[in-house]
Amino acid sequence: MAMDSQARPADGRQVSVGELFVGFLGLGLISFGGALPFVRRAVVDQRRWLSPEEFTDLLGLCQFLPGGNVINLSVAIGMRFRGAVGALSAITGFIAVPSLIVIALGVVYARTQNDPVVHHLFGGLAAAAAGLLIAMAMKVAKPIVRSPEGIFIAALMFVAIALVRLPLLPTMLALTPLSIALAWRRQRSAPNTGKETAK
Amino acid sequence: MSATLVALATIFSQLSLLAFGGGNTILPEMQRQVVQVHHWMSAEQFTALFALAQAAPGPNMMIVTMIGWHVAGWPGFIVSTLAKFGPSSLVTAASMHAWERFKDRPWRRYVQLGMMPVTVGLVAASAMLISHASNRAAIQWAITAACAALGFRTRIHPLWLLVVGAAIGATGFGQT
Repeated sequence: MAMDSQARPADGRQVSVGELFVGFLGLGLISFGGALPFVRRAVVDQRRWLSPEEFTDLLGLCQFLPGGNVINLSVAIGMRFRGAVGALSAITGFIAVPSLIVIALGVVYARTQNDPVVHHLFGGLAAAAAGLLIAMAMKVAKPIVRSPEGIFIAALMFVAIALVRLPLLPTMLALTPLSIALAWRRQRSAPNTGKETAK
Repeated sequence: MSATLVALATIFSQLSLLAFGGGNTILPEMQRQVVQVHHWMSAEQFTALFALAQAAPGPNMMIVTMIGWHVAGWPGFIVSTLAKFGPSSLVTAASMHAWERFKDRPWRRYVQLGMMPVTVGLVAASAMLISHASNRAAIQWAITAACAALGFRTRIHPLWLLVVGAAIGATGFGQT
C-alpha cells in the first residue's frame, strides 16, 4: 500500500491527513439526499484532488465492492493519498457530523413520537422517503429492462426477500452466481451486444 | 447489554459485507433482524428511523447509527458504526491494487453485469417493505406515489420532496 500513500494530485501538491479530514467533514455537513454529486464537485472541481477520469475509475471500484458508494469513496481517496491513516481520517470526518445529527434527531423523535402533530409529520416524511426508494428502484432497473434473464433474477430476488422474507446471505449465495453465469452466457451468445470487437 | 452489543456487531458486520449495490439493498435484512428476529423496535419505528436518516445530511446508511443508539445507547452507537463501516472499508482499502491490475479482464464485466439484477431485486424489496410499513392512510400512498414519480422523472432535489411530504403529513390531512 506504500505506493498509494505517495499519490499526489496532478499539480503535485501533497494532500495532508488534516485536509482529508476537514474536506470530508465539510462534505458530511452539506450532502443532503445522496452525497455523491457533492463529493464529485468538491474532490474534482474545487479541491482538484482527482481528475474526472480518476474519479470515475475509483467510483467504479466503490460501486463494485460492498458498502455505500460514497463511504467507500472516502476510504479510497484517503487511502490513495495517505494510506490507512488517510482512509481513517476521511471516513471519520465524513460520518462524524451526520452521526451526531441523527442521534439528536433520534432523541427528539423518542421524546415526541406520541405527539399527534409529530406523529402525522412522520407519517408524511416516511411516505415521501418510501417514494424516493421506489424512484431509486426504477432508476437502478433501467439497464436491465431489456434483459429477460436480468428481470428473472431481479423478480426471484424480490420474491425471496420481500415476500417470503428469506435471510439475505443464503439467498445471495444462491442467486448471485446464477446471475453472473446467466450474464456470462448472454454475453457469449450475443458478442455484438458486449464490447466492440476489433473487426 | 453485552449480548445485545454482540448481536449488533454480528448483524451489522455481516450486512456490511453483503451490501453490494449500496446500503439500500440491505434494508430488508436489517428490518428482518431488528424487527422480526430481535424485536428491538416495531416495523413502524424502523421506518420512522429510516425516514429521519434520509432527511439528515451525510451518507445514506445513518439508520445504522440510529438503531445502535436506540438499542444500546452510546456503546450501541459505537459498536454498530464500527461493524457497519469497518469491514466494507477494509475490503475497499485492500482492493485498490487488485482493481488496477484486473482493469481489463472480461470477468470483471460479467460480475458487474451479474450483480445488477440482484441489486435491482433488493432495492425493489426495500421499497416495498418500507412503503408497506410506513403507509396506513390513502394520503400516505398518494405522497409515496407522487415522490416516486417526481424522483424518477425530474431532477428536483430529494430533500424538497421529503420536506413537502413531511409538511403535508403534519397537517394531519387524511391520517387518523
